[in-house]
Formats: sequence, C-alpha cells, structure tokens
Amino acid sequence: MGKIFELIDISATYGEGIILKDVNLTINSNDFIGIIGPNGGGKTTLVKLMVGLLKPVKGRIIMHKASGRDTKNQIGYLPQISLFDKRFPISVIDVVLSGLASEKAVFKKYTKADKDKAIELLARMGISDLYSRPIGELSGGQMQRVFLCRAIITSPSLLILDEPNTFVDSKFEADLYDILLELNKTMAIIVVTHDIGTISYYVKTIACVNKYLNYHPSNIITEKQLAAYGCPIQIITHGDIPHTVLKKHDH
Amino acid sequence: MAEFIELISYSFFSKALLAALLASISCGIAGTYIVARRKVFIAGGITHASFGGIGMGYFFGINPMFGGAAFGLLSALGIEFISKKTEIREDSAIGIIWSFGMALGIIFIFLTPGYAPNLMTYLFGNILTVSNTDINFMIILCSLLILFFILFYRIILFISFDEEYAQSHKLPVNTFNYILIALVALVIVLNIRVIGIILVISYLTIPQSAANLLTRNFKHIIIYSVIFGVLGSITGLYISYIADLPSGAIIIFVFVVLYLAIWLLKYFHQKHRIQRQLK
Repeated sequence: MGKIFELIDISATYGEGIILKDVNLTINSNDFIGIIGPNGGGKTTLVKLMVGLLKPVKGRIIMHKASGRDTKNQIGYLPQISLFDKRFPISVIDVVLSGLASEKAVFKKYTKADKDKAIELLARMGISDLYSRPIGELSGGQMQRVFLCRAIITSPSLLILDEPNTFVDSKFEADLYDILLELNKTMAIIVVTHDIGTISYYVKTIACVNKYLNYHPSNIITEKQLAAYGCPIQIITHGDIPHTVLKKHDH
Repeated sequence: MAEFIELISYSFFSKALLAALLASISCGIAGTYIVARRKVFIAGGITHASFGGIGMGYFFGINPMFGGAAFGLLSALGIEFISKKTEIREDSAIGIIWSFGMALGIIFIFLTPGYAPNLMTYLFGNILTVSNTDINFMIILCSLLILFFILFYRIILFISFDEEYAQSHKLPVNTFNYILIALVALVIVLNIRVIGIILVISYLTIPQSAANLLTRNFKHIIIYSVIFGVLGSITGLYISYIADLPSGAIIIFVFVVLYLAIWLLKYFHQKHRIQRQLK
C-alpha cells in the first residue's frame, strides 16, 4: 500500500466559469473511492483531469511510478458509453486490444499472448463468445463489459469508471461490482456516479464533488453530512433506513 | 471481349485503366477512413474548395493541379483546426470553406483572359486524358498511403474509433488527425483529373458503403472497396466506350448498380436464413 496518484491544489475552468477549486485527493494502491456529486458539480471534469484529457489551470497532478509497471498507461479508463459511434467497423476483440495500441512499437503486431489475454478478460466478463462480433451488435451492458476489458488489459494501477451504471442492466450491475471487488485486489478503483445507492455497498470511501472536493473516509454518509459538504444530491434510500444514504451509523 | 482487348492495346486506354486502378486504391483507403469516421461532408468541402486553387492556377498560368493541391490541403487542415480550436461548428465551417473556394475559383476564371479550355475536365473529370505526370503523382501517393496505413494501422483504427480514449493513452491524436486529413485532401485533388470535382465523392463513398454491407471489419472494407472500385471503373469505362457516354457519370452509375445488387443479395440471403431457422 502506497500513494499512487495525487491531485494537489487543483483548479479547473470551463469557459469563464470555475468548475473545480483547490481540489486535493490522494489515491493509495488499494483504494476504492466513490465520487458523487450533483450534475454540473465537476465530476466529469475531475475524471478528465485524472486521465489527462484536460489540463488544470492551477495545481499539480502526480502519478507515482508503481514498481514493475510501465508508467505510460497506469490508468485504465471506462468513459461514458454514450459517446461512441456504435456503427464503427471494429470487432469486439480489436476494441479490447486497442487498449494496448499505444504500448506497441510501430512494426509489432499484436502477439498471440495479447490476444489470449483479451479473450481471457472477455471470458471473465462472460462474453468471450462474442469476440469476433462487430461492436455495434452488442447490447449496452455487453459493450460496457468490452470497454472494461479495454481499460484493464494494460493491468493499470488505477481504474477510473465514469458513470458505469448508465446503460447497464440491473443483472450486470451486481456482476460489475463483484468484478470490481476482484479487480480491487490488484488496482485502485474510482467510480464516478450519481447513483449513490448501490455503489456505496462496495466502495471503501466517498468523495463528494461540488466545485470543492470533500473526502469522506468511510462508505457511510448521511444526508446531514452531505449538506455540510455543500453537496446537494438526490438521496436514494434503501429499505428501512429512510434518512441515511447507506447503512446506519453504528456509533 | 475481343473488342475490349483491342481497346486495351491503345495506349490512352491502358493509361485510363491504370488511372482507374490507382484511383480505386487511393480512394479505397482514404474513403474507408472518411466513411468510418463520418467525414464525408468534410471530403465534399475539400473537393469543392480546391476549385479555388484550380482557378488561381489558370489565372497565374501555373499548373491548375498545384493550385488545387494547395487549396485542398489548406482547406483540409483549416476545417480540422477550426472545428477543434474555435467556437465555429464543424459543419458550418465546412459550408463556409466549400462555397468560398468555389467562389474564388469562379472569380479567377472570370478574370482570366480568353477561354478556359479544360475547365470541364476539372468539373467532370476525363479519365481518357490523364497525363503521365498525373499517373506518376498518383503512384507516389498510393505508395505513401499504403505505407502509412500498414505502419500505423492499429493507431489509426484506435484513434478513429475512440479519439478521447486514444488521447488518454497519450497518443499524438491531433498529429494523426492532421496527417490523415491532409492525405485525404491529396487523394481528392489527384483524383479530380480522373473523375472530376462534382463526382469524386463517389469513389470515396459508394464502394465503401457496398463493402460495408458485406463486412464490418475496417481492413476488409478497404480491400473490398478497392476491388469494387476496380470492377466498377473497368465496367463503366467499357460501357462508356461502346455507348459513347461520359465515363465519369457511367462509372458512378455502375457503382450504384453494384451497391444495389449487393444490397439485394444480402437482403434475400438474410431472409432465406431466417426462414430456414424458423422451420
């Protein structure tokens, strides 16, 4: 266990508006963090900063080199699914292998080992029989699994998922979180979501983003605490616990 | 058939066949890229904008193709830049550059004293008057394209499918986008001689769409569209010769017939398969 990734005093803007201000977050190697917050609160901006799609206007982002791993693609990323061209002519296995594309030298082809790894990952998600199908023929949940395989084929030390449950059927949602728990043994995981109901059973800690970031070092969080964080999000309650997001505080 | 073989023995006709082959290869590759990335409208913009350069060539008395290439490249890079870095939306940028290029061409040709003799060649193309220089340039461009796509196939596919993800892997996404659109522009301009400004988009889209009916593998779409391009060009050339009709228009006609034939075959094949499964 050690630091793998740090955001230090990060501020980010969109146009003239400040989206994130003075955000600090340290991610350790076995973290499983849920990032919640209202729409427009800066969740997606935070993800884009972390994966390098945006540059902060202030602050530093530090990726610590994990032992025995290539630093180039230490972050696996599952983007929001709605952004893809679903008719693009590409097969499932080529999507998974594309996760390795930037690590390969120009002349080198994908090796048999690469392909075996891709098939093995697809098998873990229960969709290895679809490997040669065009990506557009898959259902939303199946596509999501393919993109998860693409994100983890490099064995990253940090996996970031942006709204993974948007297009996922409820059956896969449970499977997904079990898969994440398994993956969490070898990599840190960050899940960004507005649906704090299901996720909070799985995450270890919660960060609330609404321009500022408030880190909550447990997976139990109350409505009152959310209000104190300035994080007005809709609370989904479960069963007999009407005013608590997840479980009751036992203290 | 004997008539056809006799036809090939004429040097102008064998040159036309070679031009058709080179057009099919270059457009097969570039067209698959633009069709897969939904950049067909950009290709249309580049094509028409290059008319400005052709007109300028006439006016200053230099080879119109050089002017066309310069305008084609500038408009390609310009559209890519404007849509990424400014507030102007991509399709609006294309509309502006498309019509501005045409307007410049018309102004230059109007200002050029005398009659512009080959103007129709640039608008509608004439595969039978392709020069040796044109052929040489096309051979160089085809080699360049094939080499680039073989070397960087994986990265091109990755970026085309999911630009943002490729960027998160620190790949030089913008550099690739600029190089690829520049290559597309060169393909378009060199093929203007063969098929003309008005019709060049056909070589970039119809064989690819026909291929896409049969496969959804990027590499196979390239191969099939080159084959369909060659088949359509030769058939079209032959028909245009015996019926004495303009070659460019007939080639496109053949392309569309080919597309419809494949579509029908696929339709009946699928229907047949479903009925067999229901039994």
